[in-house]
Formats: sequence, structure tokens, C-alpha cells
Amino acid sequence: MKTYSDLEFLKLSKGEKFLYKLGSFFCAIPRGIKHLILGIGRGIGKAGQTVGREIKDIVSTFISGDWKTKLSFLVMGFGCLARGQILRGLLFLLFEAVFIGYMVLTGGYWLSMLPSLGKVGPTEAYDEIFDTYVTTYNDNSFKILLYGVLTLFFIVAFVYTWRQNVKQNKMAEKILASGKKLKSGREDLRSLVDDQFHKTLLALPMTGILVFTVLPIVFMVLVAFTNYDGTHDGYYNNLFSWVGMTNFNTMLSWKVTGGAGTQSYAATFGEVLTWTLIWAFFATFTNYFLGMFVAMAINKKGIHFKKGWRTILVLTIAIPQFISLLYVSKMFAKNGIVNGFLMSMGWIQEALPFWDNPTWARISVILINIWIGIPYLMLIATGILMNIPADLYESARIDGANAWQQYRKITLPYMLFITGPYLLTSFTSNMNNFNVIYLLTGGAPTNPAASSAAGTVGYTDLLITWLFKITTGAESQYYLASVVGILVFIVVALISLVVYNVLPSIKNEEDFQ
Amino acid sequence: MSEKSMLGQSHDAPMKRHMGLRASRLAANTAIYVVLIVISIIWLIPFICILLQSFRVESTWQVGYVIPQKWGLDNYYNLFKTDFPKWYVNTFITALITAALQTVIVLCMSYTLSRFRFKMRKALMRFMLILGMFPGMLTMIILYRVLKDLGMTQANSVPGLILVYVASSGMGYYVSKGFFDTIPKSLDEAARVDGATRFQVLKKIILPLSKPIVIYTVLTAFMGPWGDFVFARYIAFGSSAGMNVAVGLFNWLNKDQINSYYTMFCAGGVLVAVPVTVLFLCLQKYYVEGVTGGAVKG
Repeated sequence: MKTYSDLEFLKLSKGEKFLYKLGSFFCAIPRGIKHLILGIGRGIGKAGQTVGREIKDIVSTFISGDWKTKLSFLVMGFGCLARGQILRGLLFLLFEAVFIGYMVLTGGYWLSMLPSLGKVGPTEAYDEIFDTYVTTYNDNSFKILLYGVLTLFFIVAFVYTWRQNVKQNKMAEKILASGKKLKSGREDLRSLVDDQFHKTLLALPMTGILVFTVLPIVFMVLVAFTNYDGTHDGYYNNLFSWVGMTNFNTMLSWKVTGGAGTQSYAATFGEVLTWTLIWAFFATFTNYFLGMFVAMAINKKGIHFKKGWRTILVLTIAIPQFISLLYVSKMFAKNGIVNGFLMSMGWIQEALPFWDNPTWARISVILINIWIGIPYLMLIATGILMNIPADLYESARIDGANAWQQYRKITLPYMLFITGPYLLTSFTSNMNNFNVIYLLTGGAPTNPAASSAAGTVGYTDLLITWLFKITTGAESQYYLASVVGILVFIVVALISLVVYNVLPSIKNEEDFQ
Repeated sequence: MSEKSMLGQSHDAPMKRHMGLRASRLAANTAIYVVLIVISIIWLIPFICILLQSFRVESTWQVGYVIPQKWGLDNYYNLFKTDFPKWYVNTFITALITAALQTVIVLCMSYTLSRFRFKMRKALMRFMLILGMFPGMLTMIILYRVLKDLGMTQANSVPGLILVYVASSGMGYYVSKGFFDTIPKSLDEAARVDGATRFQVLKKIILPLSKPIVIYTVLTAFMGPWGDFVFARYIAFGSSAGMNVAVGLFNWLNKDQINSYYTMFCAGGVLVAVPVTVLFLCLQKYYVEGVTGGAVKG
């Protein structure tokens, strides 16, 4: 695409400017993807170099090191102990002992079972004394996968610690050679609340994230490549095993597997994804603009009772959504208050199908989402609007700009500039806005053509609610839920990456400062 | 910031002389009042309805009118015959402990990422950004099974819930990091020059300045557990004794229960909403500061 210079751009007519901007946005997408691929390539190259450097350093440390250093390669912490750094040496030694003990006692077993995810499933044997069949449970695929991954984590940690141990020796030799003294155990402890304070502070949060977020996510990503579901739960019913890319092929295939009038998985996925994107777009921008207008209205000079208006609006933030949204959903039900009111006024004869007609339901959730979303935007916009320099408006007024022009030329660009990153995160979190959809419609009305897909897919289902339905459905096809989860991740990551690269607040950080 | 500068009043100063403009502004302001009043009514209707329905005693199912024909406290009274008090206590304990522990974790995380420049900092933040793009719902399955092995599900779900809420809360550091970024670094440096350790800097200088963000973090952490009906339901797994209010009340609106529990749902909703809302409105100022700061920082 042709790129204009600033001067050429200003000469264009309004329509052309718009087209140009639109064009350059879409042109930026392939560029963004190219950057991504190049970035990954560069990352891999860099990682390779780093590994090479590390190995070289390790070897040279071994060759040039004294006997204490050499022994430390086998007995971690020996160098530290021999040089009088008792605390460090003991910690290294303890870690090595724990690691070896763990690997011998259980880690080796989990690791050896990881490729097969268990060999012997539950077996039934006839018990002559009690005259019944007794089930014995054997291998546990779930635990094998979980502890297998945990063991891999542990091995990585060990390699890292071992490398630190080697580095320590090299550094200690250097320090001693220059005639200085090594840090004592007491100084080490003191540095934990001083120079190394960040390690102390991060230890607890990072452990939590590692165990309760990273490990589960790695586990669930791996589940996408197995046949883990309700009937293959890995212990009580059947073992589960690796199936390669089968599940991705199922989810992305156009073959119709159900009866007449049904559609393939890929078609269902496409429909849900399309609605998810439409929903995220409207949910984000209706809230954004309406919230901004409400904030401006409340902020306007001469409007009294400002605090009161804001307090009324933030009630929807304060009251838990499961109460407010669930209640609103019932208000719009067939026999709910809204239909009852409209009928008693004689305005309608039959109940309006707020949740029964696909189009009605989709519009209703978007409209009700405004009720939930405006208050946040109002609070954010209020804060930002206060910061717009007043002289901008004053000079605009002297030049004869009316209110709309002031809004278009000052307020809106300023808001968009400041809240660009927020708009992006709000778009992606709306894509995963489980609460609003699940509490209002639960995904209903059901899409009969999608009955061949897992879960009961409805017209208002987002990918995230679909995922939830697959997980909690009768067949509990965890592997498909996991596939959907990975696809959600890919979509969100792509959108974030592309938009992030074309955002003005990232590109021209200085514009408004 | 004072209320006056908040409104940006200086904009219109030169216009006061023109009487015509004054009239048009009066019209504009009247229109805005009308819009605001309409908005307020729309915003309040559901809450007024839920309050009125909780006092309706002539029937327990959904009806098409708002004003009860017979008033009474039966719904509130009946709540105490169900497991509702148990759920309430469960939720309250969960919320209280979560609020305390989560605040510590979030503040540790955000303070470190804001104040220290260590080797892995950038990589760590990018890593957590990417982690956040995975739908958290996926991890429910495995967390459930792990908690089950630990004996922290069903009737025993409160410790399990607390563990899960608190453990992964370090990911939500953005807002408070934005706050710490605004405290000038020269304060730290001055203290460090005077020989204070990093820990002393945190304790004596940063913490006293951080009241707003501490309150914001406690408030959001406290409110979270009151609304969780997805994970809590999964963990409670049908055991009434292990439910929180959200799960319990949610179940009352199932198709087969709604006709006998609808008004009790309203009453329960009021009992849950009132304390949380009062707390929120009291601390609203800090919440607004947090939300605004977090969004501007991006």
C-alpha cells in the first residue's frame, strides 16, 4: 500500500483519510504477524547462543578451576563449604539431596510413565469368598500427567540451581584471588532484606502462581493432546492416553458428523467465534462511548448533585453480579416483570421473546451489559477528563469551535490516546466475559444445528461459556474444552499483538505530553 | 482534588456576559438533568424491585407486578430455616481471610515489580501477561481434582477456596503497580543513602504512603468471594454445607426450585448486597482512585 507523508495526508478529503487509515490498519496486520514470526525466530536463535555460551563457560570453569570447584560439579555446594560459606553450601547440598531423593523415590516413576500415561487400567477380579467382582485400581493417568509435569519443572529447577552452584565457584575463586573476603552467612541473610529483597518479596507470590496457575495451564494444554474425558478419567473408569493432534482435527474439521440439519465442529466454532467477536466489539464500544457521555454530562458545569449521580451508577459495581444480573435476567423472562408491565399497560398482547429469539437475546445481552459496564467507564472517564488542560478548550472556543467540534477534536482524541491500552484489554476481557452471558442467558436459545458439537451450544454462547458447558456437560470432554481454551488463547494473543503494535499511545508516546 | 477543579469550570467563564448563551445553556442543562434522572431510574429499578419482592409474602414464584399485595418478613424468616446462614458464614470467612492474604501477596508483587530493577523483571511481566491470556476456567478441572485429593472439597471447601483465590492472586498486580510507580523514587534513594535497608524503606516510607492502594486491594479482594459462583460451585460439588452464598442462591433459581424459592432469593440477595454495598460506598473514594489510575497506566 502507498504511504503518504504527513503533508500529503492532510490534503486528502475526509473519506479518503478514513479509507487510508482503515487500509493502513489492515496493512499493519500482516506486518504485525511478520514481526511476530521474526521475533520468535530471533528468540530461538538467541536462546541457542545463550545455551552455547553457558556450556562453554561451564567447561572452562571446570578446566581452570581448583579441586574444590571440580568436586562441586558432583557435590553441589562443596566449594562453598570448603571456602567457609557454610549457609550457602548447606542449602545447595540440601537441594541436591532432596532432588536425588525425590527422583529415586517417586520422580523416576512418574517420568517413566509419562510417555504412556499409565499401562494398567482398573481391573475386575472375581472374589470367591464374597462371591462378587472386585475392582482394583492400578495406574492413575491423571496423577502421572500431573506429577510428570511437576517432575519436569523440578528437573529444570535443579539444572538451574546446579548452574548457579558452578557460577558461585567461579566467582568465589575470582574474589579470593583478588584478595577480598567472601560473604558470610550472616551477610547473606541480611542481603535478603536489602540488596536481594526482591527475591524475598517474590518468593511467595511466584510459588503460588507457579503451582496454581502455570502448572494447571501446562497440564490443561497437554490434555488437548490426550483423550481425557468423563469415560477416560484416568483412574476409576479407563486410563487416558496421548492421541496427538486428533482433537484439533475434530474441532477444526468441516465434516458433518451428526444427523440431518446439523453442522460440523468447524462451522459451530466459526459461529461462536464470530458472535464472540461481535459481542466483544459492541460490549466494549457501547460502554466506552456511553460511559464517556455520562461522565461528561455529570461533569458539566452547572449540574448539581454530582456525587449523588455517581453513587447511583456505581451501585452496579458494588452489588455482586450474580444477584443483579440473575435478577435482571428473570425480569426479562417470559413471565417476568418487564413483560408483565408491558402487558398490563396494554402495549403488547404477547410476551416479548427477550431470551427465546436468537436476535432478541443477542441484542438484549448487549443492552443489559451497558447497564453493568457504564459505571466503570464513567469512573475512568471522569478521572481522565479532569486532566485535559483547560486552555485547550479555551483556545478552541476563541477560534469559534462549537461543543461538538471541541468533543471531536479535543476530548475524543485525548481519551482515545490515553485509554488505548485499556480499550484493548477491555476488548479481550469482554471476549471472555463469562459472568454476563452465563448469568443472563446461559447461552440460550439453543442452536439446534450445533447439537452435533459437544455441549449444548446456544446463540449467545461465547467461546468461554461454550468451554464451560463442554467441561460440565454430560460427557465432560475435557480434551475438547482444552482445545477451545487453546484456540481462545491464540485468538486473544493475535488480537493483542496486532492492535498493540498499531496503537498510537505505544507508537507516539510523546504526543500528548 | 477539590470538587471545583474536578468540573473544569473555568471553560465557560467568558461566556457569562451573553444572555442568549445563558438561556441555551439552561436548556442544555435541563436536558442533561432529564437524561440523568432517566438513567438513575433505569439503574435503580432492578434494585428497588428486588427489595420490594423480598417483602412479598402472598406467593413465592415470579409474578408480573412489583408492589407486593401482602407485605411481610416471612422470606427473611424462612431464610434461617435453610442452609443460608451456613453459606453466609462460609462466604464471610472466605472473604475475610482472602482479603488479608491476597493484599499481602498483591502488594509484595506489585511493589517489587515497580521498585526493583532485576534481571528477569521484564521477562517476568511479559510471562504473566501471556499467562493471563489463557482462559482461567480451564484450570478448574485440575484444581478440583487436586483439592479433592487434599480433602478440601464439598463440605470442606472453604480452605480450598481460600487457597486457590490467594495462590494465583499475584497475577493481579497491575493497578497497585501503577500506584507505586507514582511515588517518587527519590524518596527511596534518599533513605538508602542514609543507610536504610530495602526492607526499612518499604516499612517506614512506602507503606505509610500507600493507604489508598492498600484499601483498594483489601476492598476488591474482599468483594471477590461474594460473587464467585463458578469455581465455588465446582468445589462444593453439591454439598450444601460447603457452598457460599452465590452458589446457594444461584441454585434456588434453577428451573425446578425457582417457584418455591424466588422471593427467598430476593431476600437473600438483599442480605448479601446490603453489607457489601455499604462497605463499597464507604470506601468508594479509594476504589475510584484505583480504577482510574489502573486504566490510565494501561
